[in-house]
Parts: sequence; structure tokens; C-alpha cells
Amino acid sequence: MIEIKDLHKSYKMGSNSLHVLKGLNFNIKEGELVAIMGSSGSGKSTLLNILGMLDELDEGSYTLDGVPIKNLNETKAAQYRNKFLGFIFQSFNLINYKTAVENVALPLYYQGVNRKERQEKALKYLEQVGLKEWAGHLPSELSGGQKQRVAIARALAAEPKVLMADEPTGALDSQTSYEVMDLIQKINDDGNTILVVTHEPDIADMCKRIVHLKDGVIVEDKKVDQVRASQYV
Amino acid sequence: MFSKDRWKEILQVLTTNMFRTALTAFGVFWGIFILIILLAAGKGFENGIRADFGNIATNTLFMWTQKVTKAYKGLPKDRMFYYKTGDVADIWENVDGLRFVSPRNQLGSFNGTNNVIRGLKSGAFTVYGDYPEIIKQDPMDIISGRFINQSDINERRKVAVIGVDVRRSLYEKDEDYLGTYIKINNVNFMVIGTYKKSNNNGNGDQAQREIYIPFTSFSQAFNRGDNVGWMAITAQDNVPITNIKEQIFEVVKENHFIHPDDKRAVGHFDLNERFQRVSGLFMAIQFIAYFVGVLVLLSGIIGVSNIMLIVVKERTKEIGVRRALGEGPWSIKKQILMESVFLTIISGMAGIVFGTLVIFGVNYLLDMNGPVMMFINPSVNLGVITIALIILMVSGLLAGFIPANSAIKVRPIEALRSE
Ligand SMILES: Nc1ncnc2c1ncn2[C@@H]1O[C@H](COP(=O)(O)OP(=O)(O)O)[C@@H](O)[C@H]1O
Ligand SMILES: [Mg+2]
Repeated sequence: MIEIKDLHKSYKMGSNSLHVLKGLNFNIKEGELVAIMGSSGSGKSTLLNILGMLDELDEGSYTLDGVPIKNLNETKAAQYRNKFLGFIFQSFNLINYKTAVENVALPLYYQGVNRKERQEKALKYLEQVGLKEWAGHLPSELSGGQKQRVAIARALAAEPKVLMADEPTGALDSQTSYEVMDLIQKINDDGNTILVVTHEPDIADMCKRIVHLKDGVIVEDKKVDQVRASQYV
Repeated sequence: MFSKDRWKEILQVLTTNMFRTALTAFGVFWGIFILIILLAAGKGFENGIRADFGNIATNTLFMWTQKVTKAYKGLPKDRMFYYKTGDVADIWENVDGLRFVSPRNQLGSFNGTNNVIRGLKSGAFTVYGDYPEIIKQDPMDIISGRFINQSDINERRKVAVIGVDVRRSLYEKDEDYLGTYIKINNVNFMVIGTYKKSNNNGNGDQAQREIYIPFTSFSQAFNRGDNVGWMAITAQDNVPITNIKEQIFEVVKENHFIHPDDKRAVGHFDLNERFQRVSGLFMAIQFIAYFVGVLVLLSGIIGVSNIMLIVVKERTKEIGVRRALGEGPWSIKKQILMESVFLTIISGMAGIVFGTLVIFGVNYLLDMNGPVMMFINPSVNLGVITIALIILMVSGLLAGFIPANSAIKVRPIEALRSE
């Protein structure tokens, strides 16, 4: 599903340049649930942003579902993001003047899906994350965990090939974090490919594979026995 | 393009900060209001002036005689002279592009003494000896009977067409008047018709107190011989009378042995020239109205643009999220542009409606309190409204242009990072 070869990325700041990713190689297959681990500043978000086509790589190659991701203009990148990817952010990033169901329906709107179908699908995914009764509420009326679940429903709505979550539990207490991870695991059980960036080991252990980043290189890439979050819920 | 969702979002965004939106809208509202009011005032002024001209054929020259100021061909200066009926034929012959040449003699009442008598009633009226064509130069509605015609001229019939106010002064309310006789300076004339002029300006009353009799009968009855008091000369529509009036003057100057450089002998009033000058004034007024209105509007537009920039800035993160979810840059640009156009047009429409109401009110007051000098029916027509809407549309686009561009200039990754 995802193939990365010799990926380099530096940030230029004036005359200095900060080499953040120093030649990464890895593949992710369909249906995997991968944690990208590492301490703060190790380049996790940078990697995820490149995989999410929000940022460009300097060197190397990136292929997503057989499509080489290279020299995309903004319109094309937006189309690819819409079709291939679902994002889950640490700070939820719901649109504050839109209701839960409107937020979930957004990616479908950008796909040109008609109104009725959009509404149906959005409600279906809200139901999947257990928030159907909250469909008409604004984000400000939801708790942190509920917001993140709406965000997950939104990421699912476009039926993307890969879900990308950058510290999805970073803003939540541990109980709520486990609830969110439980949801993510269930979505993965349905066959969805998911990448989770985290610096918390217990969250990483709930994935099926851990890629450990340190100083811009992969120091470890191992399969793990998944800890089910449901036991904590 | 105009999907329900877009409208919903526009309304959501604009109603989030109602007070700010209203304040911004006011700038545009005010601008278009000023523009509409200025244009309407200009129109009112124009209507007022135009009414002064009545519906007289404006391509017309009035010409009379004055004292000769230069000695010429053995004739002294300071003498008086008279146009003759022969001048009319000579003018026709020597000048191209003419439509009507109407010689006229006139009899006034001096010092308010009554010059027209009928039985026991009498009045002071202006009496014209005219040709039938005069009705095309100085239009009037024939209310009853008929106007003078060519056979009246040929046979020197003693007939008269009187103004509705003349009739009112000389006859009882429901008395028959057609076929009766009135005495003008002691000569009997038979009334054959009444007229009413549609002048609605200040001397409208005077216009209904005139009597028209055949030119030839006038000359005979009042001993004018072949003298002509003055002439009303109208040129064809595509020939401005102003351009050919010198040729006309040359003809009469030659006929009456007047020095070609004598500027005073031929007295005249060039209605066309006057009319063109006034038309120029209207153009200038309209230009000023647009200029001032558009300037005021411009400051409103800049206000909109400014607010949209702030809105875009505030929504940087949101725009980043939307782009991450796959909204294309064009869609975002369109959204900002539509918000701007929508805000501009709505507030502009409010300005148009309010302006129209004010104009309506002013018209109502004018109607209530009778006519005001040189100011009639200030109004805006559909053309002006259309132009205003087009201006609004364009300015909304202009106002949204910079903000829309700045919205998609930020890369999504940076937009997402901003807090
Ligand atoms: N836009 C940027 N410009 C400059 N430096 C950046 C930028 N984004 C990230 N960095 C730097 O790159 C390094 C990796 O950042 P990041 O990928 O966000 O780390 P992580 O998500 O693992 O905490 C950090 O040192 C950070 O300061
Ligand atoms: Mg990070």
C-alpha cells in the first residue's frame, strides 16, 4: 500500500538546514495498523505529513497504492488526499461552525457526492463511532473524546485507502485515549490500513507493528502482539 | 456553483460575527445609497430643466429684428427694419436642411389693458398670427374643434384657436363657444378650436392664455402689410440649427442691406444651443454623481476587502483542515469570492432599496407641497439599478480577490500548524 525508498527531508531556515529525515525505507501493506514511535522532535510528524501529501520530500520516492506521489500541484494533491487519505489530528480540527454530521460529510462534499447520500453516509459513520444522537451538535458542545470520534468518522467517511493519525490521543486523558484506540482497532479489524504517530509506548503497543524513529532514521521496525484496548474500556 | 451547501456556508460564516458583518455591510450600503440619491437628484434637476423647454422642437431658432448698428450701402445706422414675407421664401431657397420656417406676428396687451372682448366679458391675451406648421414647433393638444389650416391662410379667414384659459375667461362654464365670435382689437374672429399646452413649468398658466389666428388674416386685420415680426425656424433633425443659422442671417442681411459684420441687427435666440449646453450640464452632473458615488462605494469595498482578509486570517487553520480533507484550492477561492460578492450585493441591494424609498418619500413630499423650481420627479430607472448591480458585482469580486488569493497562498501544512 505504501512504499518509501531512501526518503530524505530537511528544513531550511535561513542559511541553516535541519536534516530531519535521513533516508527512510519501509513498506506498509494493506490492513496493517502501524505505530510510528519516537521522542518529540524525532521527525514523526514530518514523515506523516509527507505520507499525507501535505508536505514534499526532498529525496527518495513514495508510492501510494501503486501511484507514484511526485510533483503534485495543489489541485491534484487535494484530489489524492480526498480519495486516498483520511486524517485524524491531535487537536481534532473540527470546523467549529458546522455540526458533527456536517463535519463528517465534508470530505464527501469535496468528492461531489450528492446531498442525500452524503447525509446518509455521514450518519452511518457517526453511528459507527457511537455518536449518532449527537449528529446535530456543534463541536463546542462535545467532549474531547467525542470530538476525536467525530474526527475519526470524518476520516472514514471518504472511505480512504489509508487513515493517518498524528498523536490522536495526545490531547485526551488515558481512559478516553483507550476508548479512541479501541475504536481505531475495530476500524482496523474491518480491514482498514492505519498509521498512528505517537510517543506513548502504551498506545504504540495497541498497534500491530511499531516503527521506531530516532534522529531521523529508523532504529527499529518490529511486529508486536496487539494489546486490545477493549480490556481497559 | 450555487449549491445549497455553499449558500449555507456563506450564511454560517457571515452570521458568526453579526456585528462585524453589519458594520462592513454598512460601508457598501452607504456608498450605493449616496450613488442612487445623487443620480436621482441629478435626474430631478434634469427633469425640472427639461420641463422648462416644454416639448418645443429644440432644434429651433427664434429670430427678430433689432436696431441696425453699422452704416452700409449708403444706409445709416440706428435705423429699424422689418422682415418681409419675401424673406421666408429666400431663406427656403438659400439654406439647406430646414424643416419649418414660420413667420409670425404678435399682438400683446399693453399695460394689462384688455385686448379681447366677447359680449360683456373681456381679457388680456397674447395674439399670434401664425402658419399651421407652428403646432409642430410648439406642440399643443387641440381639445376641441381644429387648428388653423392652409385654406385659412389662403382665404384670410378671420378664425381663431383659443387657449383653454381664454375660453374660461370669456365663456360661461357650459356655454357653446365653437362658431361664436370674439373681438380682438375690435376685429371679429370666429372661434374654431381650443388648445391646451402640456407645459408643466412655471409659466404653464401663461401658455394657455394665447390666441392663434392665420398669419395672413392677422396682417390684414391689423395692418401689418408684408411685415413679419419674428420667425421660428426649425432645422431637420440631423442638421443642428446652430450650424446653419449664420447662413440664414446672411440671407436676411442681404435682403435688408445690413453690414455682414453687424452682430446686433438680427436678434435671435438659439434654442438648440441652449439645449445642448444644458444637456452638457446634465452629463456633468451625472458624471459627478457617479464619481462621488463610486468613490464612497470604493471605501466600502476596501472595508469589505479588509474584513475578508481578517476573516481569511482567522480561518487559516480551518482552510488548512479543509484542504487536508481534500478541498481544492479553486473551491476555497470561490468560497471566499462568493462570500465577498454576497456581502457586497446584499448590502448594496439594501442601499438601493433604502435609496429608492427615500426618493419615493421625496416625490411624495414634492407632490404634496406643489412644484419646486427646477426640480421635478427625482428618480432612478431600471438602467441605473442595473448599472449599480453590475458595479456591486464587480466590486464584490474585486474586494474578494486579494483575500481569496491569500487564502490559498498558505500551504496546508503551515495552515494546519497555525494556532
Ligand atoms: N516547518 C518546519 N520548519 C523548520 N523546522 C521544522 C519544521 N517542522 C518541524 N521542524 C523541526 O523538525 C524536527 C522534527 O519535527 P517533527 O516532525 O514535528 O517531530 P515530532 O512530530 O516527531 O515531534 C523538529 O526539530 C522540528 O523543530
Ligand atoms: Mg509531532
